[in-house]
Parts: sequence; C-alpha cells; structure tokens
Amino acid sequence: MEKLFPKMQIINENGEWKDETYRGEITEELTKELYTKMLRSRLFDRKGVNLQRQGRIGTYVPFEGQEASQIGSAMAMGEGDWMFPTYRDHAATMTFGHSLKTLFLYWKGRQEGCIPPEGKNIFPPAVPIASQLLHATGAAWAEKLKGTDRASIVYFGDGATSEGDFHEGLNFASVFNAPVVFFNQNNGFAISVPIEKQMKSKTIAQKAVAYEMEGVRLDGNDVFAVYFHTRTAVERARKGEGPTLIEAVTWRYGAHTTADDPSKYRNQEESVNRRETTDPILRLERFMKNENMWDEKWAADLQESLTLEIEAAVKEMEEIQAPHYNDMFDHVFAENPWPIESQKEAYAHSRGDR
Amino acid sequence: MTTLVDTKKLTMVQAVTDGMRVMMKEHENVIVLGEDVGQNGGVFRATDGLVTEFGENRVIDTPLAESGIIGTSIGLAMNGFKPIAEMQFLGFIYPAFNQIMTHASRIRARTLGHFTVPMVIRAPFGAGVRAPEIHSDSVEALFTGMPGMKVVVPSNPYDAKGMLVSAIEDPDPVLFLEPMRCYRSTKMDVPEGKYNVPLGKAARLQEGSDVTIFAYGAMIEVVMKAAKTAEEKGIKCDVIDLRTLYPLDKEMIAESVQKTGRAVIVHEAPGTGGLGETIMSLINDTSFLYMKAPIERVTGFDTPVPMFALEDHYLPSADRVVQAIEKVTQF
Repeated sequence: MEKLFPKMQIINENGEWKDETYRGEITEELTKELYTKMLRSRLFDRKGVNLQRQGRIGTYVPFEGQEASQIGSAMAMGEGDWMFPTYRDHAATMTFGHSLKTLFLYWKGRQEGCIPPEGKNIFPPAVPIASQLLHATGAAWAEKLKGTDRASIVYFGDGATSEGDFHEGLNFASVFNAPVVFFNQNNGFAISVPIEKQMKSKTIAQKAVAYEMEGVRLDGNDVFAVYFHTRTAVERARKGEGPTLIEAVTWRYGAHTTADDPSKYRNQEESVNRRETTDPILRLERFMKNENMWDEKWAADLQESLTLEIEAAVKEMEEIQAPHYNDMFDHVFAENPWPIESQKEAYAHSRGDR
Repeated sequence: MTTLVDTKKLTMVQAVTDGMRVMMKEHENVIVLGEDVGQNGGVFRATDGLVTEFGENRVIDTPLAESGIIGTSIGLAMNGFKPIAEMQFLGFIYPAFNQIMTHASRIRARTLGHFTVPMVIRAPFGAGVRAPEIHSDSVEALFTGMPGMKVVVPSNPYDAKGMLVSAIEDPDPVLFLEPMRCYRSTKMDVPEGKYNVPLGKAARLQEGSDVTIFAYGAMIEVVMKAAKTAEEKGIKCDVIDLRTLYPLDKEMIAESVQKTGRAVIVHEAPGTGGLGETIMSLINDTSFLYMKAPIERVTGFDTPVPMFALEDHYLPSADRVVQAIEKVTQF
C-alpha cells in the first residue's frame, strides 16, 4: 500500500528538488508568501502556548510542526469556498481569513472566536471528532445543487479515521459526488495513541479506494507538495470530478493540548530530532538558500514585523470588553422561547440588574 | 363572513405528505432526505409520490446512515437549504445523537447567530403498532432536554400538516415527531393549501372544570376515552393536547390547572426524566396555591419498551388514566 500511495514530495528535507512539475510556478514571490504565512502561524502558536502558561488564555491546542500542511492546503482554496477546521487548525483558518484577534478570542473562551469575517465561509472548529466531515459534505453538496463551482475543505487527524462519521462523510461525498477535499493531517498520534494502535492499514490515503475516490498521500511538511496537490484536488472538485482524500504525513512537536505532557507517552527526542531534519519552515529556508531567494535582512525584518502583528492581536484580544451574559441567552434560537427568557430575567434579577 | 376552503379527507400520514408537498412547491430550497424516501416513498409512505413530483435532486434516497443524514443536512441547512430529514423510526436516531446534540442544536449559539441550522427532523415514534424491537421508543425527553431544539408532536391530521408547515418555516431545528398509532387511525378534513398551526401552542380538546388532563401524540385517543368514562361518573375533564413539547405552552397549562386545581399527566415515555416532571415543575412554579390535590402521572415505565407481546402492559391505558382521575378528584 505504501507503494501504491507513495509519500509525494516536491522538495526534500534538504530543500532540494524532487519533482520539478511545478518549477515554473514556484516563484520567489510564492515561496516568500508561503514562508511568511508559515512563520506567522508558528509565532502565533508559540504565543498561544505562552499565553496559556501565563494564565492569559485557557487551554490552548498547539499545531507547531504542522504549518506546511495547514497553510499549503488553505492556500489552495478560493474565495467563497468552505473551510471546516478542527481545534488544531488555526494556521489554516488564519490563512483562509480569520483574524489573529479572533483566533486568540476563541482560546480566551469567547464566542466571538467562532465567527468568521463577513463573506468568509469558515465554520467554527469541530470539537467532536470527525463530525465535521459530514458538514463539509453537506455544504459542498449544497454548492453542487446550486450549480456553483465552490468546494469545501475539511480537516481532521489520524484518530478521526476510526470514527463512523469519517466513513459516512466519505461515503456520502462519494455517492453524491460532492466537491469536497478531505484533508487528513496524519501526525502519528491521537493524543497519546500512536497510529499503529489506531489502524492496521499502512496509509490513510488507501481508505479512499473503498469509496471509489482519489486518494493522495504526501509529505505534509513539504509546503509545495501540499499546496499543488491540494490545488489539483480542488480543481477536480470544481469540475465535478468528485471528492479527494488527502493524507498529509506530518508531526506535532508538542502536546495534544497545553493540558497534557507528551513525554508521558512518547520519546520527545524524536520531536527534537525532527526540528533539525523534517521541519517544514527550516526546509523552506534551505530551499530558499539553495535557490538564492534567501536574504537574512528580509528574514529578520519579517520576524520582527510578524512579532509586532501578533503582539497587537494579543493587545486587541485583551482589551475587548467582558461579554454580557445576555450573549449566552439570546442566540440559542432566533427568538427566545419563554423558558430561556424567564431564566434570563431571573438571572438578571439575582445579580440586582433589574 | 365564512371563507370556503377546499378540503380533503386525509389520514395523518397523508397530511404529513401534503405538508411537505405544499412547502416544496412554494420553496425551491426545501428538500427531503432519508432512507427509502424516494421511489419507495418511505417505510410509512410519508414521502409517497414526492420524488415523481420534485425529482431526485430534491427527494433524496441517502445511504443507510443516520449520522450521515443529519450531518450532511446540517451542511445543507447552513448553506441555504431547508432539509427535511427523515429518521425511519425515532428508535433509529441514536447514531445521529452526536450530530444533533453537538452541532444542529448549538451552531446558532456558538456563532452568536452567524451560522444557523434551519432543518426539520421527522421521526415516527411510539408503541402500540406491534412493531419489532427498538421501533417503538418514545424518547422525546432526550430532545426536550437539549438546548436549541424545538420538539413538536401532532395528534391529528389537521395539526400534522399545519404544524409541519410551521416547522419548515421555523428558523431553527425542529424535531417533528409523528405518532405511528395515529398515522392511519382517523381521517379528517384537511385544507388543501398552506396553513399554519403555530408551534408553542397547546390545544384544548375538551372543556371541563374538575381536572386537567395533559397528553400528546398517541395518548390523546387514550385520554379522550378516559375523559368520556370520567364524564359518565360526573367528572368533567379539561383535556389539553400539548402539541409542542419544547417550548411548552405555559399559559394554557397554568390557566387550566388554576381553573381545575387538579392535573393528570399522561405520556408513554418512561416516567423518570419524562415530560411529566417538567410539567409538574411548571405547575409548581405557576400554580402551587391553586392545587387541590397532588399531581398524578400515568406514564410508560422505567423499562425498555418491551417486545410487542407485552406492549399493552407498557402503554398507559384509558383504565389507568381513569384511576388517576379518580385519585385526584377524590383526594
């Protein structure tokens, strides 16, 4: 199966060409854009972990190591398309349109963190596992019924492939030929459970075969491979050629969330080694150096301006007014039914507010 | 002035079909999906003829997967469609519980109204038709206790069509429960066009001053029979068909028990955690000082619905209801 679904690369760990199909499109401009977005998300992620450690936000879900998977795939989507993230996909959603402030607000426990900017079809993060595959399928199916060429992308991890909704999502999309890209980030661990205990299959991409669907396995730390192969899947979807299952093989360096300690279930030395070998950002840096695109001053300035942008977003997040409790009551239904209205009044009364 | 409206004599299941047909004609975005709803017209024929009239893009035979049906309906609903998702039986809804609980019912709240899920889930339910195991469950309380869901149960053809129209027009998810025992038990004059029976409003089926009987769905026939027996014994029952289980019609419930001072609540769902408890607390909150007797409940038991050889023992009977009426009036 690993032979049938080889881990495709465009550049290898040393930033050397492995597949020159897209060489003409891999310009300095595109490369720098991808580098910028990956660095931005990494700095955001580290900030998120630090803010949690300082008690300034709640539990945070880090994605460091998975930047190429999320950014390469999100870059392949177009205006008007739909995105269905999990709680680990803020690199994808910030690339597709969420503001950094909104993302921080989510981790500060604010409902506003679930709301995309007007015109951006970004669903709130799915917290149950794999349920979002069906929403992506439904939304894409709706676009097909409306006769548009819009598509959905949905993110999920290796553990999600064990859920029934993973299979129901793939099957519905296959049966109704819905324009969906099922984007799996296989980081090898579902919290603490390694993939060998999750499935006997050697790849996740092979599961596409059962649904008569295109299956693609790629190096999820090669941002070019992710971007171009996802773009192909989106183009196929737009042309009515059906859904695709993409397995992006990647790695999360840190914990599942800030509430667990990965050294309890795996040897973290591997994460340390991977930072030196397969890191997606370092790989792109090596590529840029090989291709004479690297400029130390540009990189230093970039680091500085992104840091400032993130600090500004933290400030905005922290300056926002505390939410009013009416937000909790007033959006359950279009109109409050009497039980909610009377509970709201009683609560206000208990606080001496009326 | 009387306006003449064309009517047809319809059973409840025919009225349900008619409700969907009327709304599908009026709104292109209304679609029906479920298992066997296409050519077969649904296992109860509730979608009979719809695929011929509206085509396979709007009346969709889905794969056999309840979570898949509800999950994709959520995606369709928040992207411009109004799905009417059929669960073959309420007892088959359990695989979809996660989708309803964690998504359909709370997407509006999660996003402060940015995304909404205007969909209707239709499900036949209840015992008494000699159905196989699991087909007879009455688990409405799982959903009345689920913030963000409306739950409604018609008991006759007229209400079925009018309430289904209202459910389809509702901007939020509505669980529309169809008592199987009532599907073909009676025919009734049902207006041909579109009309609404509002959600959240109960109906008084019989005026009386001695005791209020609350029921819904298939239990209406049972309590009407009991009320007749009671009347022969000189007890006048105020019979309320709740129709909407969330949100309950607080005004009518309070108004009736404040008049009678006595209440009997009847449902076939298990007693513990059932709607009866919610109604009792509502009476406690609104009408405690009016009550002349402790409230009685006649309900299904805290047992799984048995196989049908025992279902008549499980289901509340008119006899049990009469005994409860006598108990509260003789207190």
